[in-house]
Amino acid sequence: MKYLDEFNDPALARLLFEQIDAAATKSWAIMEVCGGQTHSIIRNGIDQLLTDRVELIHGPGCPVCVTPLEMIDRALAIASRPNVLFTSFGDMLRVPGSREDLFSVKAKGGDVRVVYSPLDAVNLAQEHPDKEVVFFGVGFETTAPANAMAVFQARDRGLRNFSMLVSHVLVPPAIEALMTSPTSRVQGFLAAGHVCTVMGTRQYEPLAQQYRVPIVVTGFEPLDVLDGIRRCVLQLESGRAEVENAYPRAVRAEGNLPAQEMLAKVFETCDRPWRGIGMIPMSGWRLAPEFAAFDAERRFDVGELSVSEPEARTLPRGRSAAGHTQAGPVRVLRQGVHPSHTDGRDDGLQRGRLCRLLPVPPARSAGGGASWLRPPPHRRSTSRAGRARCRFGTRTAS
Amino acid sequence: MCLGVPGKVLEVRSEQGTRMATVDFGGVTKTVCLAYVPEVQEGDYTIVHAGFAITRLDEASALETLRMFTELGMLDELGEADAGVPGGAT
Amino acid sequence: MGHGGGGQLSAELVQHLFLPSFGEAARTATPTDAHVLTLGNGVRLAFSTDTYVVRPLFFPGGNIGELAVYGTVNDLAMSGAQPLALSTGFVLEEGLEMDVLGRIAAAMGAAALKAGLQLVTGDTKVVEHGHGDGVYINTAGIGVLPAGADIRPDRARPGDVVIVSGEIGLHGIAVLSLREGLEFGTELRSDTAPLNHLVAAMLAACPDIHALRDPTRGGLAASLCEIAETAQVGIEFDERSLPVPEAVRAACGFLGLDPIHVANEGKLVAIVAPDHAEAVLAAMRATDVGGSAAIIGRVVEENGGVVVARTGLGSTRIVDRPLGEQLPRIC
Repeated sequence: MKYLDEFNDPALARLLFEQIDAAATKSWAIMEVCGGQTHSIIRNGIDQLLTDRVELIHGPGCPVCVTPLEMIDRALAIASRPNVLFTSFGDMLRVPGSREDLFSVKAKGGDVRVVYSPLDAVNLAQEHPDKEVVFFGVGFETTAPANAMAVFQARDRGLRNFSMLVSHVLVPPAIEALMTSPTSRVQGFLAAGHVCTVMGTRQYEPLAQQYRVPIVVTGFEPLDVLDGIRRCVLQLESGRAEVENAYPRAVRAEGNLPAQEMLAKVFETCDRPWRGIGMIPMSGWRLAPEFAAFDAERRFDVGELSVSEPEARTLPRGRSAAGHTQAGPVRVLRQGVHPSHTDGRDDGLQRGRLCRLLPVPPARSAGGGASWLRPPPHRRSTSRAGRARCRFGTRTAS
Repeated sequence: MCLGVPGKVLEVRSEQGTRMATVDFGGVTKTVCLAYVPEVQEGDYTIVHAGFAITRLDEASALETLRMFTELGMLDELGEADAGVPGGAT
Repeated sequence: MGHGGGGQLSAELVQHLFLPSFGEAARTATPTDAHVLTLGNGVRLAFSTDTYVVRPLFFPGGNIGELAVYGTVNDLAMSGAQPLALSTGFVLEEGLEMDVLGRIAAAMGAAALKAGLQLVTGDTKVVEHGHGDGVYINTAGIGVLPAGADIRPDRARPGDVVIVSGEIGLHGIAVLSLREGLEFGTELRSDTAPLNHLVAAMLAACPDIHALRDPTRGGLAASLCEIAETAQVGIEFDERSLPVPEAVRAACGFLGLDPIHVANEGKLVAIVAPDHAEAVLAAMRATDVGGSAAIIGRVVEENGGVVVARTGLGSTRIVDRPLGEQLPRIC
């Protein structure tokens, strides 16, 4: 058992496709919450092989994409300081702030380094006592234990030159925001497997009950995703709305208790704006008062940041993520500003920096639905306002 | 996503008081923090995210899930396919 | 910075900045890596240049010196040319150890002999400490094209088969394994190698090879996209037929990368008429660098300019060039 190829088996995948096809007697709209599942769906073309009666709506599940503009601008301002060694996961380097991204700061001479683990940033702080080492602590509940451990260890090792810019976001409040949005069409959720690995499945029970919506905890390999969809359809068809675990090899109901213990020590819940959605109450984590000394927001006064995030103010909560997907066989797949979630379908981001982040017409199907064409270059607009459109699941109304 | 990848724990050690391990992802190895998975032993598989093991992969559950998938197909072939077949392991 | 990464950003820089700015002086420029000049006596020379900026300077399987020689040799070889001579230009950072430079230069000498060419002229400049990563190398080379060879990306036509000369992703992963902050253990070594002997063997088996690219930065995806865009044809390939070593797949797995976006330094992708495919494949497999050559796909009429991968599940997805430098991700 290697836990990878076994869950990629094409013959078993065909069986699951058939099962879903047989189970779905009506049309259902299911949201996969997690960007990783979206990635798997696109990467494996699962949406093409799925019955038309099941529509997948791509959720807000990418912490990189939902990091608010204000926080990115703060990161850029801190990273531009002469004595700062700014560390980050690779994902964040190309996420644009109001004017530029971390890559540009690096190109201008800023000391911006990619790390694989937040502990690498702590080690850098130890190796460079003359530098202020800052780590950009983003992520969902999955990443939070790693970031919490970095802060904890920095305190343990007595490092005064380490701090973290924290912009953590939480999944359950986002699901709740989606369910309370008047325009939401979502009828069932595939919950994010690795988030549940850390937090367990119990916090989803009240959501499933209150909003009468099936929530299936789902993994990331093709068979995992298909089984999540299958179970969700079965629940919808039989009128059930339960929390179900389709990823039992990695998820226990109680989650990872040692990790949760550390999270409770290091973080506290706070309101958090989500890029493209707006403010969601109690949907984030920030450093607890006990660890305030490691808070980069406090350590670095970057002055007033003038940030205009028009879509966050003008859109009703959850609107862009609430399921305005294109009807019919063409499902437009675009997943936020995360470059690696765009895998061929999204054109707004893969155009490169010279004309990047511009709105691009949705992908079209060249008959039969199997061939995907990119829009011709002349259809790319150059309006800056279009930036905001590449957020979740679909284009926001334009 | 939270990009989490299964890997096999090769060698467990202590670094600056923290439980660390070399994890094999199938021909490449990486140092991974085991602080959150005290139950994990050498030879176990774990899911790694951002340099941290976040769970011990449960082989019995994995096999059970795969067995359930296979059985769905067998039911189909026997003409007993039922849209209401309950899921297996939860 | 991303504009030097070989992905979409690099292509756009050439297209949108250099060519318009050069204006009339770049009238005959081709967007390919090697330009062919025809002399009065009918002899055709291929001319190419490349600049090498590599961190770290030494990596598993090679160093910047070999890359600087093989890189330009391979650019020439992709036009079908056999290299004759290379120039070498060095930008050295003050403080670079002589021993390091000596090892790099020795590697260049050995690489030139392996490729069968001479290093004929050169130049050295030194910049202040802090203004370079130790050493940057530029090489420019000329080579001679065999009569009859007409190898251009725009010659790809529907029905042609797509051949890859061997396992992909080795160089990029070997270099990443040493990158500060990412270090991981691997036995993988860079595949850096000269491709001119392989190309000679292929041309001997079939003088009418339509197109050749070496998928360096930007990986196989960038090469296929370039061919599809230039020839305005579609390219389809089967993901399961890609020769990806298990360790490359594993490294890509935990870094969140796609093997078709990872750099190679000793591989080529060939577009060949279907009638000649088997002969070319056999000739490739008989060489030391083409032992695991494989047919991965074909050129199609549909979806001009677009590369489509057939997934393991039987669906399709569009393949794009990577945006720029490959970065590990958490989501």
